[in-house]
Amino acid sequence: MSHTPEIEVENAVSEEAVLDALEAEAIHVFRETAAAFRNPVLLYSIGKDSSVLLHLAVKAFAPAPIPMPVMHVDTTWKFQEMISFRDQRAEELGLDLRIATNEEAAAEGVSPFSHGTHEYTRVMKTVALREGLDRYKFDAAIGGSRRDEERSRAKERIFSLREPGHRWDARKQRPEFWRTANTRLSEGQTMRAFPISNWTEMDVWNYIRRENIPIPELYFAKPRPVVERDGVLIMVDDERFPLREGETPEMRTVRFRTLGCYPLTGAVESEADDLDTLIKEMGEAKMSERAGRLIDGEGSSSMEAKKAEGYF
Amino acid sequence: MTATLVSATDSLQRAAEQQSAVLRMVACGSVDDGKSTLIGRLLVETDSVPIDQLEYARTTRRGGSTIPVGEIDYSLLTDGLEAEREQGITIDVAYRHLNLPSGRRVIIADAPGHEQYTRNMSVAASTADLAVLLVDAARGLRPQTYRHLTVCALMGVTSIVVAINKMDLVGYEHATFEELAGGVRAAAARLGIDEVTAIPVSAVTGANVIDADPDVMQWYHGPTVMDALMAWEPTAAADDAPFRLPVQLISRAQGNFRGYSGTIVSGTVRPGDVIAVADSGQTATVDRIVTAEGDLEAAAAGQTVTLTLDREVDITRGDLLSAAGQGQAQPADRFAADLVWTGEEPLAHGRSYLLYVGPKVVPATVTSVRHRLDVVTGNHDAARLLKMNDIGRVELATDSPLPLDEYDLCRDTGGFLLVDRVTSDTVAAGLPRHAMRRAFNVTPHDYAVDREARQRLKGHEPKVVWMTGLSGSGKSTIADATVATLHAQGVHTYVLDGDNVRAGLNRDLGFTAEDRAENVRRVAEVAKLMADAGLVVIVALVSPFRSDRRAARDIFENDEYVEVFVDTPLAVAQERDPKGLYRKAAEGKIPNMTGVGQDYEPPENPDVTLDGTADVAVSAEALARAILDEAD
Repeated sequence: MSHTPEIEVENAVSEEAVLDALEAEAIHVFRETAAAFRNPVLLYSIGKDSSVLLHLAVKAFAPAPIPMPVMHVDTTWKFQEMISFRDQRAEELGLDLRIATNEEAAAEGVSPFSHGTHEYTRVMKTVALREGLDRYKFDAAIGGSRRDEERSRAKERIFSLREPGHRWDARKQRPEFWRTANTRLSEGQTMRAFPISNWTEMDVWNYIRRENIPIPELYFAKPRPVVERDGVLIMVDDERFPLREGETPEMRTVRFRTLGCYPLTGAVESEADDLDTLIKEMGEAKMSERAGRLIDGEGSSSMEAKKAEGYF
Repeated sequence: MTATLVSATDSLQRAAEQQSAVLRMVACGSVDDGKSTLIGRLLVETDSVPIDQLEYARTTRRGGSTIPVGEIDYSLLTDGLEAEREQGITIDVAYRHLNLPSGRRVIIADAPGHEQYTRNMSVAASTADLAVLLVDAARGLRPQTYRHLTVCALMGVTSIVVAINKMDLVGYEHATFEELAGGVRAAAARLGIDEVTAIPVSAVTGANVIDADPDVMQWYHGPTVMDALMAWEPTAAADDAPFRLPVQLISRAQGNFRGYSGTIVSGTVRPGDVIAVADSGQTATVDRIVTAEGDLEAAAAGQTVTLTLDREVDITRGDLLSAAGQGQAQPADRFAADLVWTGEEPLAHGRSYLLYVGPKVVPATVTSVRHRLDVVTGNHDAARLLKMNDIGRVELATDSPLPLDEYDLCRDTGGFLLVDRVTSDTVAAGLPRHAMRRAFNVTPHDYAVDREARQRLKGHEPKVVWMTGLSGSGKSTIADATVATLHAQGVHTYVLDGDNVRAGLNRDLGFTAEDRAENVRRVAEVAKLMADAGLVVIVALVSPFRSDRRAARDIFENDEYVEVFVDTPLAVAQERDPKGLYRKAAEGKIPNMTGVGQDYEPPENPDVTLDGTADVAVSAEALARAILDEAD
């Protein structure tokens, strides 16, 4: 017999219904984290996933305000647009915004250009995150990781335990049954909570469209000054970008699939300047989003290694 | 505050669609059964793999791989953690996502590996609606197969798709398939699983994964694995599923707003419904169902809401909002439960653990282990402790009453975790099978004609006389004679005889320790009602276990209850053997016969001890006098 899915219309499940189910799961995790921990924080990285998280937080606690501070790990190398977008959203939503930067390393001039991406990431992101969490004594941090992002993430828990020093130890992870979470912490332990674990990248975009969630303009195609390096288009976002011999920024119509430190974030050429075209284009491209990120490129299990060090 | 109002019809429709939008599937099978290949193929064929990862699966090869570079090595798509590869072990459940052509989302919990198998499998099955179980056609049914089925049955996964894989290695033989499918069906039926779809598959060639292969297995006309996933529909929630909302947090906002936030895990709720705080028994009426999108005129299982109530009620995080009256969750503090032990350290008797159920945390102690389940044979083995990956039936006591549902009624308000207080590790997942002692905080209705009034009319106090002793010790005979004496003196009596009760009310119960506990509990409850009606109730019940009798005694007032020990040596009882039970036990036909296959625990401080070898008339006279003295 042959397989003919087209005739199964009576089974049809709407995208709306799937998003409702994912949203409910996420709201449940938000509420659990807010109530079960002494001092939780929402990690905010300004990108599309973080934008969805902020929106979910508003919905989880309405009509009360978001009951926890929001922390941004600022490497000082983010796109300028990201920073202005962040400050605007913080003001609109009345967020208690904390910024975590490794000031010492920044003062020493650690940059994506002076150090290898792995060392840069460790110092400016992982260390800054750890220090930020320690400074405010946060015992739980909500993040936007998704299981479909990368292979090693497929095994990540929704409530993911960190040992003293924020180390992730695969063997210490707790079995997760039903909707019941073991939120108890021993001395020195902290928790990461991932409300959108089960979302796919496409779910994120569909949800942004459905809920009208503001996102930075960088996601939409527009002429931007870029240089091509090792086959990757990098936007020259400010004067700190050291141009190589013979490089001149040229205006190309590009957008970004993920947002991070601008020297490490590859742009894609695209004409998608609104959500509908963007979602359509995504459906056709089918590249994994991390393909555009330069920081994951070192070794096949680099994400897992970074996590063990305390990376998000 | 004015809010958008979502009509009851729209809201319930949306909730129902949400509940059926996601199919949670557990994939089980050993490393060599071809599970990774099957899942990989499902992912690729449903367009769920990004092309750069596909490229990786085309170009990367593991040592020993015979798949030509350029073709997809499906198993690489579900590759694990580096830590696992290095150590050659499987640590964890992996979660993957695909969209069926119908639009339904499938969340696959992939529970691989040998080490910690039961633990991983239980985690994956705990939320699953459906299991895909792989069987290697070349190797046949193995202990693992039975283990998978047992864990599925235990965790409430009753929809099973059995993929008889590697049919290419057995020449696509129909008979081999039928034999294996029949074996799985029979094993599943023994476990109470009746929905089994068996499919002959070759994950490597793709036959019957998405489509049939027209060249092979023409004898098979059933669904492919994809068809079986497509055919799944959620069991519609029963209309009378009781309302349950565990309170996650108390929401306070401007304008004196006070609401109770949580996920509805069972049933529906509307403004105007009377609900109970199951923990305290207090009731209130639902005022509003608040969400960020506006107020709802009805909400149902799966939805995350905030309820406001019409009056001030003492509610804290962890309390369970429940339907009131019919379907109301009842607190209890002793439970019989199955435990899946996940801790590195074995279960310690008498140690206080923290019990987590949803947002609620209560200290709890395991008071006894009844048996360990052999997950392969289904046998109940004698056991005194549980170790990692063991499953066993235990008795559990909580420090305070807890409205825990039976697991099969509702996974979210039944399933619980035990957490070690020192390490904070989750050491067990628990599935309550029944409550052994209910707490009495259900607000009873006050009737004008009460116990006192009935007592005045009858002219004597009600009593419960609990006679315990071996089978054949003389309980029924003494009870009969005692009642005759009492009756002659105008005392209203009734005898609750073990055998008679087992013929009706308790005919569903056997003689295992667990069933005996339930037998005692029910008889005690009936005796309590009868005493409330004003009768002198004589209970003639073997009731061999102290803990059960103590539980029975605990529901009565002190002066209302008389414990009578009919003390007869086992040899005498065996000699009498009025029902021929000892003879059958000696022939091995009754494994749980008290005094033979099961211990009798004599009372430590009975109110009255009767010598079961003495003259019945004398014993009855003595007992009647004791009762009358107290009942005057």
